[in-house]
Amino acid sequence: MTADIVIIGGGPAGLAAAVSAKEAGVDHILILERDKELGGILNQCIHNGFGLHTFHEELTGPEYAARFISKVKELQIPYMLETIVISIGNDKTVTAMNKEKGLFTIKAKAVILAMGCRERARGALNIPGYRPAGIYSAGTAQRYVNMEGRMPGKEVVILGSGDIGLIMARRMTLEGAKVKLVAEIMPYSGGLKRNIVQCLEDYDIPLKLNHTVTGIKGKERVESVTVAKVDENRKPIPGTEEEITCDTLLLSCGLIPENELSKEAGVLLNPVTSGPFVNESLETSEAGIFACGNVLHVHDLVDYVSGEAQTAGEKAAAYVKGLLPASKEETTAVSAESGVRYTVPSKLDITRMDEEQMIRFRVDNIYRNAYIAVYLNEKCIKKIKRPMLAPGEMEQVKLRKADMEQCDGLVKITIKIEQEV
Amino acid sequence: MEERDLVCICCPLGCSLKAKIEENGEVHISGNTCKRGEDYGKKETTAPTRIVTTTVRIKGGVLPALSVKTQDGIPKNKVFECIQALQDVEVEAPVHIGDIIFADIAGTGIPVIATKEVEKCME
Ligand SMILES: Cc1cc2nc3c(=O)[nH]c(=O)nc-3n(C[C@H](O)[C@H](O)[C@H](O)COP(=O)(O)OP(=O)(O)OC[C@H]3O[C@@H](n4cnc5c(N)ncnc54)[C@H](O)[C@@H]3O)c2cc1C
Ligand code: SF4
Repeated sequence: MTADIVIIGGGPAGLAAAVSAKEAGVDHILILERDKELGGILNQCIHNGFGLHTFHEELTGPEYAARFISKVKELQIPYMLETIVISIGNDKTVTAMNKEKGLFTIKAKAVILAMGCRERARGALNIPGYRPAGIYSAGTAQRYVNMEGRMPGKEVVILGSGDIGLIMARRMTLEGAKVKLVAEIMPYSGGLKRNIVQCLEDYDIPLKLNHTVTGIKGKERVESVTVAKVDENRKPIPGTEEEITCDTLLLSCGLIPENELSKEAGVLLNPVTSGPFVNESLETSEAGIFACGNVLHVHDLVDYVSGEAQTAGEKAAAYVKGLLPASKEETTAVSAESGVRYTVPSKLDITRMDEEQMIRFRVDNIYRNAYIAVYLNEKCIKKIKRPMLAPGEMEQVKLRKADMEQCDGLVKITIKIEQEV
Repeated sequence: MEERDLVCICCPLGCSLKAKIEENGEVHISGNTCKRGEDYGKKETTAPTRIVTTTVRIKGGVLPALSVKTQDGIPKNKVFECIQALQDVEVEAPVHIGDIIFADIAGTGIPVIATKEVEKCME
């Protein structure tokens, strides 16, 4: 088989990339999805709060996905379900497998990585004790309850206050479980404010910051967990332990981009995001392989995923049509400094850049009344005042091509956080 | 006069609001940085509502659960009643987004609608 563009993953990223590539005039597109249906993680996110930016209404996850699924169907973009990609060669040969065809290969001109992310198991692994039944990742529990209609347990403790953990605290409460506690090892929650208010405070579920689970009791099934306060180095403080009876422990310890396939294809990964390094066109270190969505960096708002994926689709289409000149060796680095953990993209080829370029990033801590500052070489060209910046919320700044072109000998763009003086 | 503490959820700043409720029902909000916080605080103290999202059972689809939501926000104190009323509801595929699953939930006059397309499974 051959295709102009093979898209790996049929979540919101893959769907939006497919639509924009098709609209840019590429016909031979194929979406490969390992699940039984298109839509990705959105199918299990039945709560509302999606699409505020894109559609100006609050949709649920499945509703948001449906808008893109119907677009894909309307444009007659081919897709294969229950088809898992098992490798990508650096010549862009994609090897996949399904029941009908067995193992098969597709020779692609361009590949878009849109595999999303998986849940981090870290944090769970260093809890001493047995591994009885009743320990789930929050995302797995979400799938059970929302898609399969079964409850993992009755008395619940949640470790980690990421959005999935918060959403599941409410969901399990509504379904009749008692959520006793959400423990968060950091001094702040990694979740959105609205989720803390609407998922915990609405139901009087306590959130304990600077706390972690230090032990699990029970051989067959979880019987109780021990929760303790931690010091500044996130080490449990002796004497603060408290035993809480429960039959279920949910782990919401963050998400990590799913990049096993990318690595094999020779794509270089950023150790900060665990996603590929990309340039202005969202092209990875391998020419013609693009990335978008949670596989690139973990997003909290699906709207940003769709926007990013649209760019990846357009650029992949341009690549296939020979309209995207090979990237020059001497690209301009985008450097993340003081307070900025990373940027996507991490480099720019100004000759290939659009009139405006979005730079997305996350900060490393909570900042109040701080500035997002943009420097071209040593010169500050932009300072945006922000009353509040938090690690849980992705930030973005727009760069203008005109500014870049005016700067003589531009070698480095720096994004940093500056405090009020 | 009654006082209540709230957190505004309209933007990431998350201002701590103070709501003063007068005898005559008038509400004064302080602590907000912008107008949106005032509107939110007033609504939250006088008539808090929530859109409820949950699932009902479905026969004949690929999966046994169908996601649904209240078409509009319902009074916050009706949330559990709403969930309870949906406990024994079972529908049959096919179902389309926006299909009414329950006409008037918990006496609010607000319908519960499907949020997912579920085609009939051929097995
Ligand atoms: C629990 C949760 C709650 C969220 N809540 C909100 C919210 O309230 N509001 C909001 O705006 N955003 C929310 N988000 C964020 C948003 O939903 C995600 O950022 C978005 O879904 C990511 O899209 P994606 O396409 O990159 O990944 P996914 O949706 O994960 O899609 C990736 C797809 O790739 C497929 N795949 C992976 N590997 C392979 C392979 N080898 N072969 C074939 N297919 C493969 C997967 O099966 C999956 O379908 C939430 C996210 C999560 C996880
Ligand atoms: S009051 Fe205004 S600034 Fe403060 S959290 Fe609400 S919307 Fe944001």
